Amino acid sequence: MTDKIQAKIIGASKPRIDGPQKLRGEAMYAADHHLPNMAYAYGVFSTVASGTIDNIDLSKAKQMPGVIDIFHHDHFPDLYRTPSSFAQENKVDETRLPFEDGKVYYPGQFVALVVADTFANARAAAYAVKVDYSADAEPIATLSQALERGDEPKKADSSGHSRGNPDSAFESATNRIDVTYVTPMETHNPMEMHASTASWENGDLVLYEASQGVIFARNVMAKVFGLAPERVEVRSPFIGSGFGSKLWIWPHAIAAAAVAREVGRPVQLVVPRQQMFTTTGHRPPTQQQIRIGADNNGKLTALTHDSINTTSMVDTYVETTGSCTKSLYDCENLRVSHATVGANHGTPTSMRAPGAAPGLFALESAMDEMAEKLNMDPLEFRKANYTERDQSMDLPFSSIHLMEAFEKGAEKFGWAKRNHEVGSMRDGEEILGWGMAACNWEALKMNCDARVSLRADGTAYASCATQDIGTGTYTIVAQAVSSITGIALDKIEVELGDSSYPSGPVSGGSWATATTLPAIAEATRSAIEALKSYATGDGGAFAGTKADDLSFDDGKLSDSNGKSVAYTDVLGQLKLANADGEAHTPGAPQGEYSFRSFGAHFVEVRWDPGISRLRVSRVVSAIDVGQIINEKTSANQVEGAIAMGIGMALFENTEYDERSGLPVNNNYAEYLVPVHADQPDSVDVILLDHPDYAFNEFGARGIGEIGITGMAAAVANAVHHATGKRIRELPIRLEELMNA
Amino acid sequence: MRNFEYQKADSVNAAVAAHAGQPSSFVAGGTTLLDLVKIDIMQPERVVDVNGLPLYDVEELDDGRLKIGAMVSNTDLAYHPTVVEKYAVLSEALLSGASTSLRNKATTAGNVMQRVRCPYFRDGVSACNKREPGTGCAAIGGHNRSVHAVLGTSDQCIASHPSDMCVAMAAIGAKVLVTGPDGEREIDFLDFHLLPGDSPEKEHALDADELITHVVLDAPIKGSRSTYLKLRDRASYQFALASSGVIVATEGNTIRDARIAMGGVATKPWRAREAEQALIGQPANEQSFKKAAEIAFKGATPYEHNAFKIPLGQQAVVRSLTNATAARA
Ligand SMILES: Cc1cc2nc3c(=O)[nH]c(=O)nc-3n(C[C@H](O)[C@H](O)[C@H](O)COP(=O)(O)OP(=O)(O)OC[C@H]3O[C@@H](n4cnc5c(N)ncnc54)[C@H](O)[C@@H]3O)c2cc1C
Ligand code: SF4
Repeated sequence: MTDKIQAKIIGASKPRIDGPQKLRGEAMYAADHHLPNMAYAYGVFSTVASGTIDNIDLSKAKQMPGVIDIFHHDHFPDLYRTPSSFAQENKVDETRLPFEDGKVYYPGQFVALVVADTFANARAAAYAVKVDYSADAEPIATLSQALERGDEPKKADSSGHSRGNPDSAFESATNRIDVTYVTPMETHNPMEMHASTASWENGDLVLYEASQGVIFARNVMAKVFGLAPERVEVRSPFIGSGFGSKLWIWPHAIAAAAVAREVGRPVQLVVPRQQMFTTTGHRPPTQQQIRIGADNNGKLTALTHDSINTTSMVDTYVETTGSCTKSLYDCENLRVSHATVGANHGTPTSMRAPGAAPGLFALESAMDEMAEKLNMDPLEFRKANYTERDQSMDLPFSSIHLMEAFEKGAEKFGWAKRNHEVGSMRDGEEILGWGMAACNWEALKMNCDARVSLRADGTAYASCATQDIGTGTYTIVAQAVSSITGIALDKIEVELGDSSYPSGPVSGGSWATATTLPAIAEATRSAIEALKSYATGDGGAFAGTKADDLSFDDGKLSDSNGKSVAYTDVLGQLKLANADGEAHTPGAPQGEYSFRSFGAHFVEVRWDPGISRLRVSRVVSAIDVGQIINEKTSANQVEGAIAMGIGMALFENTEYDERSGLPVNNNYAEYLVPVHADQPDSVDVILLDHPDYAFNEFGARGIGEIGITGMAAAVANAVHHATGKRIRELPIRLEELMNA
Repeated sequence: MRNFEYQKADSVNAAVAAHAGQPSSFVAGGTTLLDLVKIDIMQPERVVDVNGLPLYDVEELDDGRLKIGAMVSNTDLAYHPTVVEKYAVLSEALLSGASTSLRNKATTAGNVMQRVRCPYFRDGVSACNKREPGTGCAAIGGHNRSVHAVLGTSDQCIASHPSDMCVAMAAIGAKVLVTGPDGEREIDFLDFHLLPGDSPEKEHALDADELITHVVLDAPIKGSRSTYLKLRDRASYQFALASSGVIVATEGNTIRDARIAMGGVATKPWRAREAEQALIGQPANEQSFKKAAEIAFKGATPYEHNAFKIPLGQQAVVRSLTNATAARA
């Protein structure tokens, strides 16, 4: 029916339909809402890592201009904790409520909250609040301190996996490596600050929240305030990205809503950049031991990946670094395991490609080390262990084109010209290093509802309570509607990011596309069915015809006699505003396939030993994520992920002082992310574009995260090729390479 | 940020007079001051705005020197034709600093007066002699990799001076013109910034009620070439791990005159006079440059995480000297 149109619009390179709004400053973010009579809240944050609040001196702050009230653990309403459950759609990573008690578990924890008439007055008064603490114990500031001084690591069994006899197979392997990799704490640094604007009316809460998941946010707020979900509305039509930090509700949102109710005015609370390092999640540091056994033909015989990460003192967050290891390569004897140990940090959370990003740094570095040991080309070594079966689930992959990614990437990059000898490729004062790594990510799909209307004025409308976090969801939803109706993109209005819309997925896990589009398509078809029933009913353009005998194409209804009527006329004739359709689509089919995405990065670095300067100069990434819905926004995602992967490899590192437990570089100047000048001279993204129809009708598996996986390893492997130094701890710093 | 009284000065004398009786802070571009006020590290009760004072000119003096108004922005100075032509080291240093938008706001005087980037200075609670004299120095034994020095440090403070512009000015040679309640005076650029010694809270030779009006650069060395090289983790928008500003004049292949100044590695814009002397009369080759670089770091004190700055700083010196003496394409 719609193949012709679908071919045109699905996969096309379309600019974002919400671009003009953003350019004109019309897109309203959470902190852009200044409601009538609104007050502003500013936090007082703990300046110790661990302890108990002895005294909060408000005498000065209370007298300051504009102060309305100051909240703290002795002056805060009683709230409920939410159970944290993904299945119940009320997950949070930090379950402790703000101001629950006088305990301090991490530096930068909310210890008081000033509400005043202006932002400036609230901040000034917050600085005048004096808090005295008594220390409980020596703070635990880093993973190594936690391992030395902390409790016994806690095993996270549910995320582990074991098959065959990994330990004995390793012991008896012909070739073995046993290496440990370390990744640092990293902090999501979206441009937009975390922010909440909360207002209550007649006991109902409306919350403008920088959120990647309005439905989850609504459910959590309802639980916390003991309300029916219908009494809470969370709006997040635009967010300035989140990278995972805005998936779940954090203490600030609860605090903002609570104090808004207390003071009887709308309240806005913006989390300062410094505390975005402490109280809205981070990627925890990991230590990962990898052991690989291989035979002389380069066939893996054993693989173990045992990982440990820090979590907070109050909650358990597991960084599942082994999530790709268990199925990426063919290996009968394999184990992955995860454990956590407490530290005085806020609770960690998902950060772009959680688990996989640090995990593939370790695995894909180790694969390079083994290839070197076997004297094999690292690409050939990977090919030798290729598999089309997910051995951890004992299921075939629904669609895998990793070999094509290897080949196309290698060809574009010129991998065949690589001189394997370390430091052998030179260009003037610089030594070139060429490295590669595979990338991998799970493909997920959730339940989803959607609503679509065909409107008499020639436009269409689609809505879903998922979010566009900057990635282009508005645009691809419009593309999906257009692909079925033939209505032009600029005539399709899309509304997302409001919990009052039909229930949609969290924008995370790269599942928003695969989840939302089938629901939108189904709702569109159901709107067309409604249109047909109007058309065939009394006074309709096709009165008397059977609805099943009509077809819809290019905005027109047609019957088998060649009569065609534009849908606008069908509606107009009946004085109807629209034909509406709703849909509910289920999660991914279970039991037949393992759904995963694949790819490969090829990286060139330039090392100038005379001035110890390292730069990533060239990247080719071939990505296998099924059907591409929008070439432009897809390539954007991979390019952005490559940039972020360069940051992970070379710069990002959230530091805490081991003596005081306090953050060291929690600002945008000293926490380094790559800037424009760090971008490679050339970045080639090859989108393989093989639809995976076993997964969903669009054949798309999602593309937000896979690009960062493997990137740090590809850089580290290139660095090894240039310098001979094997860096097993990120970020790769120039002092480790000096004298190379 | 705490609230403060705000006053706009309409003349240099009014700006100075505004201090009488009640100490206040001048604000120019605000990129240091307001940043630190916002995070509560500087808490001025009164701020005197010097924007609009007639200090925006760059003027070539009859004796060949260059007189730069205190309010000239880092961007305008970097692209001023005379600076580009005769003081390449300064133009390059300015353009290596901060970001475009910061450089557009940042002024010449403000840059001279910028504060250190030490995280313990900025966190408001750790021991820091600069912020709270007598409390100690948390950077020693702490995280001191990136913004801490190996030259000019003391047991009381090891923060590196963050400015790139000042490194170039130290190489060129300059005078800082200031106006106080008793009139004008001139401070030699190399005497302007102070070593931390036992009083790291005292950072410069300016009195509290004095206003910088100009910086006057020495006339360029005849027949010289100059350049600035800044080394850091990322390619832009980061303070120097190590930097080197050099001016070299050669006759044939022999070095006739040389200036070397270094940044990122020292507690003040650092002039390496002994290294300069060692270069003069020597052939312009790698061996002489390496020798000079070694001398430049004689007596350097490494701390827990910044020992690499010694070889890195030497590399900066060698490469910048190489670039300044390379055959022109
Ligand atoms: C994120 C970031 C990155 C940066 N990166 C770099 C870098 O890489 N390299 C670099 O060199 N710099 C860098 N800077 C620092 C920047 O160059 C300085 O902040 C800027 O030069 C200060 O100038 P201003 O006019 O904004 O000063 P202001 O903030 O207005 O003032 C700074 C100080 O100077 C005093 N002052 C101002 N004018 C006068 C005057 N006429 N007489 C006496 N005192 C005066 C003020 O009272 C204040 O104490 C960076 C800054 C930031 C925020
Ligand atoms: S190095 Fe200087 S600025 Fe830093 S903590 Fe020590 S005294 Fe303070």
